[in-house]
Amino acid sequence: MHNKKPLYIRLFLLLWLASISIAHAQLKIEITGFGSSQLPIAIAPLKGEEALPQKVTEVVAADLARSGVFKIIDSGGVNPLPAEPADVQYPVWKTRGANALVIGSVTPTASGNWDVRFRLMDVLKESQLTGFAYQVSTAQLRGTAHKIADAIYEKLTGDVGVFSTRITYITKNGTRFELQVADADGYGAQTVLASNEPIISPAWAPDGTRLAYVSFERKKPIVYVQSLVNGQRTVAANFKGSNSAPAWSPDGRRLAVVLTKDGNSQIYLMNADGSNVTRLTNSSTIDTEPNFSPDGQYVIFTSDRGGSPQIYRVAVGGGAPERLTFDGSYNVSPRYAPDGKSFVFIQRTGGGRFSVVTQTFASKQPQSLTENGVDESPTFAPNGRMILYATEVKGRGILAAVSSDGRVRQRLSMEAGDVREPAWGPLNRSQ
Amino acid sequence: MKNVLLTSALIAVLAGCASTDTQKPADVTEAKPVAPSVEPTPQEKPPTVAVPPKSTVTGDPLDPYNPASMLNKQRSVYFDYDSTAVKDEYKPLVTAHARYLTSNRAQKIVIEGNTDERGSREYNIALGQRRADSVKQMMTLLGVQEGQIETISFGEEKPRAKGHDESAFSENRRSDIRYAGDKP
Repeated sequence: MHNKKPLYIRLFLLLWLASISIAHAQLKIEITGFGSSQLPIAIAPLKGEEALPQKVTEVVAADLARSGVFKIIDSGGVNPLPAEPADVQYPVWKTRGANALVIGSVTPTASGNWDVRFRLMDVLKESQLTGFAYQVSTAQLRGTAHKIADAIYEKLTGDVGVFSTRITYITKNGTRFELQVADADGYGAQTVLASNEPIISPAWAPDGTRLAYVSFERKKPIVYVQSLVNGQRTVAANFKGSNSAPAWSPDGRRLAVVLTKDGNSQIYLMNADGSNVTRLTNSSTIDTEPNFSPDGQYVIFTSDRGGSPQIYRVAVGGGAPERLTFDGSYNVSPRYAPDGKSFVFIQRTGGGRFSVVTQTFASKQPQSLTENGVDESPTFAPNGRMILYATEVKGRGILAAVSSDGRVRQRLSMEAGDVREPAWGPLNRSQ
Repeated sequence: MKNVLLTSALIAVLAGCASTDTQKPADVTEAKPVAPSVEPTPQEKPPTVAVPPKSTVTGDPLDPYNPASMLNKQRSVYFDYDSTAVKDEYKPLVTAHARYLTSNRAQKIVIEGNTDERGSREYNIALGQRRADSVKQMMTLLGVQEGQIETISFGEEKPRAKGHDESAFSENRRSDIRYAGDKP
């Protein structure tokens, strides 16, 4: 229903996908839906960019196209390429329908690095909107491109860009499970844990330097916290029974986990090193899948205390939980939106299908975003604009993303094996 | 269904145990008639098909580490969809393990709960936990001590049946009893 794409975008995507699969046999991204109104932007190749092993503007254009809110205007055949504002022939870009234009240059430095400069030009006002210069190594070119895309996105949409963020997920190939971390566009995937036993529920520490997750390597679910800086890990929860569903407090000092040490599955709070365990919920039923509010004052969770699994909210200091979902008999896996005004969850609908649904705290009206039928584990991008989740295509586990308005859709799949359990990392604080 | 024979045999053995010295369950060396004394449940196959000649003369050593024993062979309790109740047909199995554990206080078990693949992975961990706990609860009511049992859950993560149809789902809605001395 969103497939009315101009030919040049389709060609562009084709080339882009081809380059991805050649460059990396890892996550491959496919865009399956676009926003209703798209900002037309032309991205001229940076002058001197042809010398680079990785063309910066290709990555920038791929980022912006993937967001669904930009329409990439053809920039081919312009000669000479504009590198400075004085070089820009605005009538050419107006004729092509571009409202914004990216120009710039790449030049080698004496130290063997690259000097990358870009400017974002307003084609209609014939003025500069923003511009940056970077001195980077060859290995940093992709990261620089993501930063440029973030700067453009922020200037033109007013939202924070998330192209420089990372995601984590679990891959399964045969009996091999891997916890991987990759850039938000699927590149640069690194395995941070490999096991012949399942791994589930990875959760990012708010500063992006640690992951909490559940591993079955010792024949039962145990919660670990692992540093992405040095690879060291600690056992956060290994009590009698099952230990699972870790969630970080926004200050990164506390974890909410689900333990069965006292009987049924209940939510506990503890320090990230596993000390100072206190019980948060007190039911005789299942309480699981905790997730902290961005202000750290509440935890939303799944409970079947009312007879079927539904979403509830409880204050971190305890007290009586408040039921949040009433529609349907199976609502699970809640996650707060970054602004704290809404949450996303999975709802089982008619025919045993599972959809990604959002609901605001104000309206309490659920809004279904997907119809794939087998969707799981939703996770918000840190700007709240996209929701990444796990689904299946032809029996294979893949990741997919949908914009929070339901219009933009992407799929991220691997050449082989299953991908599942995504978690979108925090904003890169060094930006 | 899959356990007609063994369940029948189990019921017979239990009937035998109940009338003999329960403190020495492993000492049942006298031959026990297995199937003939027990009526099969109506929907099951006729007993004449199910009874291997050997078991009619050897009895059950009632030793979880002896491959010939039902305590070794029957370790799985199956559940209905979205249910954590131990069905009647598995109560003899749970009872037999409970009897062994009450007679062997040093023995410890882990009950591992499992679910089918539908729904949230973490909610399924909790659901599998509840399935393990319901088996535990029955055992503790029969006198097994808390300290002898740990219940854990694999949720949907370690399916025994790899398919994606109802037969695979029903195979995976299961609690398994693992003895501490079992070989890995």
